[in-house]
Amino acid sequence: MSIITLLSDLWKTPYGDMPILGTVYIFVLTLIFALPLGIIIALLRLSKSKIISSIIKLIISILRGTPLMLQLMIVTYGPTLLLKGTRFQFAMPNKLIPVVIAFSINYAAYFAEIYRGGIESISKGQYEAAEVLGYSKTQTFIKIILPQVIRRILPSVTNEIITLVKDTSIAFTVSYVELFTEVKRVAISYTSFMPFIIAGVFYYVFNFIVTVAMERVEKSMSYYQQ
Amino acid sequence: MNVLKIENIKKSFGDNNVLKGVSLEVNKGEVLSIIGPSGGGKSTLLRCATLLETVDDGIISYMGDPVNFYDKNGKLCYSKDLNKFRKVFGLVFQNFNLFPHYSVLRNIIDAPINVLKRDKNEVISEAKALLKKMGLEGKEDLYPCALSGGMQQRVSIVRALAMKPEILFFDEPTSALDPELTGEVLKVIKQLALEKMTMVIVTHEMSFARAVSDRVIFLDGGLIVEEGKPEEVFANSKSERTKQFLENYNK
Repeated sequence: MSIITLLSDLWKTPYGDMPILGTVYIFVLTLIFALPLGIIIALLRLSKSKIISSIIKLIISILRGTPLMLQLMIVTYGPTLLLKGTRFQFAMPNKLIPVVIAFSINYAAYFAEIYRGGIESISKGQYEAAEVLGYSKTQTFIKIILPQVIRRILPSVTNEIITLVKDTSIAFTVSYVELFTEVKRVAISYTSFMPFIIAGVFYYVFNFIVTVAMERVEKSMSYYQQ
Repeated sequence: MNVLKIENIKKSFGDNNVLKGVSLEVNKGEVLSIIGPSGGGKSTLLRCATLLETVDDGIISYMGDPVNFYDKNGKLCYSKDLNKFRKVFGLVFQNFNLFPHYSVLRNIIDAPINVLKRDKNEVISEAKALLKKMGLEGKEDLYPCALSGGMQQRVSIVRALAMKPEILFFDEPTSALDPELTGEVLKVIKQLALEKMTMVIVTHEMSFARAVSDRVIFLDGGLIVEEGKPEEVFANSKSERTKQFLENYNK
């Protein structure tokens, strides 16, 4: 068996799936949903209403306190198992949907806590200056507070994004075809160690690109001193 | 006409009665300085007047229009449209509170454009004229972090002026500056006084207060202890407390 066969198998499975594309889909879609969702959760967490902030605090604590793998299984199989035998019975048509839902909610919880720390670190004077100038609450948050928050939290967000690249491999537990799922299958069917090396190189290169990209973003925002 | 009228306002934080019934009026073109010891209620008075704090009791009016009122059950309510009043006054903070991610020009023009919905080109040319007047020509594209404290404070004065307020409040505008930079900010405020800008200045700069004010208020223990023309308050204080405070200052 040559490395070319291996690579072509990992590129496109015999069933026509594209494992690398599967990994990239989870990554991109999770970021698209989790980054804005995190802001909403952070704002609810900072809500003046004790009830809302306590509920959100509890939800965040559950999402961060239980394994992502478990959450992934609950979202993927839960609805099917719970509704079995009822007239709402159904089979999950597409694995990508529950995977992205589970990842987005889980990562939004982590992002929310990062945003919260960032929002709380902005001085009261910034809000007061905006208030006296007559900015609305929404204008103040979007124009004055959020850009400063993003600048401050970028290093922590980069950390989470790097973890996300590696966490995409957890999707193999629900048999969603991403790179790691296929690596495992190929390794067993060819009884070869090589696929694991290839996977390691892939994740490393992926994260290398992510890191360089995030450094660029950080640099583009460092035109002022905090 | 009174630009600002404050009638018997009271404010406490928990058990701490910071303002125990303060009344004052500021007329158009007048400069009022508020002096007094720390903790005497100066900053709280200014924060209540600029709607950053709500009062527990008493009425605040701008241009004869009350900001708050008692409803028929005797409960103190604030106007629904506070932004109408925010257009009347400007506030210069002790630590500037410029927006660090905006350039000098953007700091000044953003609110007139996005809050007052004024024409962008007009606002920009006014802002540039104000910057020139304040000795900040050519600093438009710099960020606040690239400026000295004195320059930052002058930018924040321009930011307040760009909103064309009827009255400008200063909350210890030079307290965060070293003595060398204090002078340039005081000079700008003096210039505004000559132009008959209505101003209320909370300050620890006694000689400045004496030189620039039409009227001085000495505030201590949440009450106005003495009020009068600067020469009366500084040279012939009626109250022992004022004398004692000023003596300690001159030591």
